[in-house]
Amino acid sequence: MLAVVNERPIAADLFTLAPDLRLIGGRNRQSGRIVFPLPSDRESFERVELPHRGPLWSYTVQRFEPKSPPYFGEKPFQPFAVGYIELPGALIVESRLIDVRFDELHIGMPMELTTFALRSDEHGAALMFAFRPQAGNRP
Amino acid sequence: MTQVYIVGIGIHPFGRTEERTGLEQGAFAVRAALADAGLEWDRMQFAFGGSDAAGKADTLVTELGLTTLPFINVLNGCATGGAALFGAYSAIKSGEFDLGVAMGFDKHPRGAFASRPEDWGLPAWYGEAGMMITTQFFAMKLQRYMKLHGISEMTLARVAEKAYRNGAHAEHAWRRSPVDVETILNSQMVNDPLTKFMFCSPSEGGVALILASETKARELGRTNVRLRAVAVRSRPAGSFEVFSPTLELERGPAPTVIASRAVFEMAGLGPEDIDVAQLQDTDSGAEIMHMAENGFCADGEQERWLAEGRSRLDGQLPINTDGGCLACGEPIGASGLRQVYENVVQLRGAGGARQVPRRVRAAYSHVYGAPGVSAAVILVC
Repeated sequence: MLAVVNERPIAADLFTLAPDLRLIGGRNRQSGRIVFPLPSDRESFERVELPHRGPLWSYTVQRFEPKSPPYFGEKPFQPFAVGYIELPGALIVESRLIDVRFDELHIGMPMELTTFALRSDEHGAALMFAFRPQAGNRP
Repeated sequence: MTQVYIVGIGIHPFGRTEERTGLEQGAFAVRAALADAGLEWDRMQFAFGGSDAAGKADTLVTELGLTTLPFINVLNGCATGGAALFGAYSAIKSGEFDLGVAMGFDKHPRGAFASRPEDWGLPAWYGEAGMMITTQFFAMKLQRYMKLHGISEMTLARVAEKAYRNGAHAEHAWRRSPVDVETILNSQMVNDPLTKFMFCSPSEGGVALILASETKARELGRTNVRLRAVAVRSRPAGSFEVFSPTLELERGPAPTVIASRAVFEMAGLGPEDIDVAQLQDTDSGAEIMHMAENGFCADGEQERWLAEGRSRLDGQLPINTDGGCLACGEPIGASGLRQVYENVVQLRGAGGARQVPRRVRAAYSHVYGAPGVSAAVILVC
């Protein structure tokens, strides 16, 4: 999904939209360890793009509306899926899961990076990263 | 080094007590523990205490008496009680003091705990997107564990059923009516696979324990319950904790595994020597996973344990004999000390309808809290 004029990432340096959608992580210049999100300390961490595909590591469904703050999602609340996705050679990242039926979620399910509008108002939409089943596995 | 004894215990009933603040419930528990020990507040040489959300423990001196004792505040999430006990135990074991208090209390608003990303060094988007929710963590740790080790939803329901059955016999418990497995399985889904009756709720309550050196315990004629070992450990690399936007590919053990090994080594005992255990049961799945993390069974064996009733009051290792967090709710600052209170009750043989039928000589308790702290305690008589 590419951004339209009034859509903007929810935070700077979280993901790139072009040329490809990728999460932005950091690689520790000394240990080589990968972290996400990219720390502000650029002397210790260099910017790296993370793999955008990997298997679902675990998951659940958020059935009740989280307290606000800190939650700031679309109203009215609809249950949503969250999970951890194993990004090979990098790390395991927590994410909202979209475009999937709750009863089809399973550990090992092949997932890929996407985005969605977490909330929108007259000024535009806040884009959040998410993972969805890889093509062929979507409803 | 001296041995450390528990010479008095006191509890303010858990649940909801509209007319008392958390601090008042803490003071109530301290007075009850002093009465149990036959002592006055002015004999106390120190206190360790804490609450997560109901005020500063050390202000209790206003209520209990301005005796100038050192009163140390403790704040370690759900492991606060374990940390307070560790402080009190160490103070006496060192020989510096011979009589003091470990206490904790709390009073939380209804509903799931709300946390602010900035308090945890996390970006705002993590909370805005609805991922900063403790119950999601418990569900996701469990979901993977169930898949890897073949744990069924029925087993989760059996844990909760046992909790409410035991809680019905505990005067200090909040939920005191049995609930059957069908009701538990069919109750509202909160975070899959955990339903409403499989989760504990934030609640209120207070607990206090009076600790004494061997000399002092003999003077008081109270040498029946000894604190054999206390271990508190924070998380090692690769553990899976609440509020983690990422995890490392290389997985490591939980802090509970480390604390448990340490406490058994200190006590010179093994899991097979334990007669009763109180394990952190924030949800049904937590009790299941903590059975293995504390060394009482291998991963996956819980399925058979629960089906055969091995952790019931009359089983080979009764677990959470007062209904645990599921039946008592969770006042964060008091929860870990409630477990020790319950173990003292069991060691004294004073459990009434929930008393473990066989002789109790060694009792184990375990609390776990965010962001990855575990405390394990072994009592013997």
